[in-house]
Amino acid sequence: MNYGRTSSSDLQSKSSNPSEINLAVTALSLQHISKRFGSLIANDDISLTLGRGEVLALLGENGAGKSTLMNILFGHYVADSGSISVFGETLVPGKPQLALARGIGMVHQHFTLADNLSVLDNVMLGAQSLLSLRSQRTAAREQLNDLSQRFGLTVSPDAVVRNLSVGEKQRVEILKALYRGAKILILDEPTSVLTPQEVEQLFGTLRHMVAEGLSVIFISHKLDEVLAISTQIAVLRQGRLVHECAAREATKESLALAMVGRDVKRVQRAETDHTAPKSVALSVRSLALAHESSRVALSNVTFDVAAGEIVAIAGVSGNGQRLLADGLSGLHRVATGQILLNGRAQTMGARAAIDAGVARIPEDRQHVGAVGDLSVWENAMLPRTHEARFSKLSWLNRGGARRYTDALVKQFDVRLSSIEQPIRMLSGGNMQKLILGRELDGAPSVVIAAQPTWGLDVGAVSFVHEQLLNARARGAAIVLISEDLDEVFALADRIAVMCNGRLTTARDATEWSLQSLGLAMAGHSDSQPSKLEAQHAT
Amino acid sequence: MRLEVRANPSAMATLLAGVGAVVFTLLVCALLILWANANVFAAYGAIFQGALGSQFAITETLTRATPLMLTGLAAAVAFRARLYNIGAEGQLYFGAMAAVAASVAMSNEAGELALPTFIAMPLMIAAGAVAGAALLLIPTLLKTRFKVDEVVTTLLLNFIALLFVSMLLDGPMKDPTAMGWPQSRALLPELEFAKLVERGRVHVGLLIAIALAIVLWIVIGFTRFGLSIRAVGANAKAAEFAGISVNATLIKVALLSGALAGLAGVGEVAGRTSYVTLDMSPGYGFSGIVIAMLAALNPLGVVFASVFVGGAIVGADAMSRAVNVPTYIADVIVATALIAVLVASLLTKYRVRWK
Repeated sequence: MNYGRTSSSDLQSKSSNPSEINLAVTALSLQHISKRFGSLIANDDISLTLGRGEVLALLGENGAGKSTLMNILFGHYVADSGSISVFGETLVPGKPQLALARGIGMVHQHFTLADNLSVLDNVMLGAQSLLSLRSQRTAAREQLNDLSQRFGLTVSPDAVVRNLSVGEKQRVEILKALYRGAKILILDEPTSVLTPQEVEQLFGTLRHMVAEGLSVIFISHKLDEVLAISTQIAVLRQGRLVHECAAREATKESLALAMVGRDVKRVQRAETDHTAPKSVALSVRSLALAHESSRVALSNVTFDVAAGEIVAIAGVSGNGQRLLADGLSGLHRVATGQILLNGRAQTMGARAAIDAGVARIPEDRQHVGAVGDLSVWENAMLPRTHEARFSKLSWLNRGGARRYTDALVKQFDVRLSSIEQPIRMLSGGNMQKLILGRELDGAPSVVIAAQPTWGLDVGAVSFVHEQLLNARARGAAIVLISEDLDEVFALADRIAVMCNGRLTTARDATEWSLQSLGLAMAGHSDSQPSKLEAQHAT
Repeated sequence: MRLEVRANPSAMATLLAGVGAVVFTLLVCALLILWANANVFAAYGAIFQGALGSQFAITETLTRATPLMLTGLAAAVAFRARLYNIGAEGQLYFGAMAAVAASVAMSNEAGELALPTFIAMPLMIAAGAVAGAALLLIPTLLKTRFKVDEVVTTLLLNFIALLFVSMLLDGPMKDPTAMGWPQSRALLPELEFAKLVERGRVHVGLLIAIALAIVLWIVIGFTRFGLSIRAVGANAKAAEFAGISVNATLIKVALLSGALAGLAGVGEVAGRTSYVTLDMSPGYGFSGIVIAMLAALNPLGVVFASVFVGGAIVGADAMSRAVNVPTYIADVIVATALIAVLVASLLTKYRVRWK
């Protein structure tokens, strides 16, 4: 069983005769796929075709049925009705091995790599025995090198996966699929973890792949990227295929409209009022912080946030943003420097931060923001159970907590069937709305929002933005930690960039351009503005 | 074969799963009884008779169930917070030993109780609870301070606790009248628990255990401390983020869990044996884990699960005398029931696909 070698020769024959590539060949055809889970219709009569050498973008809000459809295609689920054919042959449903053998490869959003093994081992894992002969390993290594060169997927075969960056891990996932002879590659939200440069590199790889006759299904939320890379676009909404078009005919607006089925409100930000007297609500002075959970340590981080102001901390993730957010949320002991909340030094502990009126929207809403197995109403009151409205002595006021949650659910438009259900049953957007409502309740003076729209659909993103701007209008000092530069420019009054644990000075949003932000994100110091401006100008 | 999440598990499915688990357990054990060349119906009849068939049988079952209920509660509350207390056996012996030591400490030189019973009795009970709690506090502090895995430390502390008790039985706590038998001094008769029925062994400890189960159920479901326990157990990181002190919660839970296991020891000494021996518990501490799992960590469920396990043990004893199947069948019944219940609860949450 050597998937690798067949695929290699396959690809070689294709690449040596590019003229043979016929775009009219149908690589994949989904016919009338329907799938129900209990009363929920996840997929409703969906038919799609994917031609050879095409990139099909699959768009849709959370819960629109994208993942279900891909899981059916890959054999994780069996469709209630409908059929799938790959290169004209019907695919037996419910067999991932068969899907693999027929050339369907999947790169999941959350990687499925063995951290403690080398890249080569990970690629061979499942396709060949790891105890295979040295000669086979050599062959596999050659083939891996060949693939990575051909598609621009540079990664060392002997590197241990644990030590790779997120972008490199993704390359390994793609190589794994190619090694198994994938002719149709499914990428689930591949860009959500990448830097802009890495995204470009990924797109380069994808272009290589389609040029060699592979087909790609690209699942994403980000409209710009979808327009940049795809040839065909399909939009799912509530389990149905609602829109299908060629990419060159689509616009951002038409796609957004198709996704949510209503006009997306573009957030309107009130202009920065430079005349208003500024009272500093949050002041971070020469903060240094290190923790075992973070590879980078913060050093000498200094910035102020005034009441009614949004300061964005931009940067590529993994440069200390999480540590900063955790530090501001009171989770870590500050090594040196100070965090001043309304002039008073912040004490250690999440409890202290909550009591001081700091609203905290954590980066990882599933595992940090909420306790998945507790009910929605228990999560809604969790940070404030000690308040008189939620408990007397130690006795919980369950009725009061439920009424509070009902009001929150209404006010923040959280879609759920019951506040008694475990919060993990909520979609990402609805969970974030609940956390946002919980944290913004009681007019907090400081808001720490870490990647608040990460992984959310268009509708939920604009809702979150609106709420942050409302909090700003009410006079909250907001720290917005985000990788999404569109978001940063849409919301921030001032922007600072974090790179390798250091923070640039926060400057007015209008003083930054995409290019200067990019340079700062890449670690070019802003201590020499003249040099920066010079580079800027070129 | 794959598992698919069921959208909304129905109440009917949950009920059917429970019935299915019982039927499965009876069928599997029937095969073993057949293998032992006995009549299945006669054997099951004898087990049922032996466990619940007479007033005497019922009191024996409840006597067995009493320590199991307390160790079951100890495991249930700790596991709810993901504090894996595998040391209830040692905590039980510590509780028993402390009860006897309290009795000795509260007696005068003539060997009579120096305090009024209504004061001495609560003090003895408290001593047992504190001893059990103290023993679990050590591994819990190691966990909260140094992240030492409590599964290993609580498990190994069992051996240390037992050897320590053994040392006391040969030393300061040795019964001078026991002619060299390794047993402790006897508890003062005033400190013994009252019996609930004439000529039966079932004692007040049972009522204490049931009352504690109800209190614990209320604490877990309706109080802030209970919510902290559930939050920490379900996701410690998110609980910490929400301002709940994970370490403080774990320490409180440890004190509670250790105290419950210690009380199991107090109950055995004061209700049944009057003195500590090294064979006073046939692994009640470990059976408590099984009972907690059978009860899905629900304190009220623990009451029923411990009666079931107690009944299986007592019934199997009677059955082995009647139809000559080894008493080990009780262990098999309990173990099979546990596996069947776990599989059944899995099946109510997931659907199996055979493709």
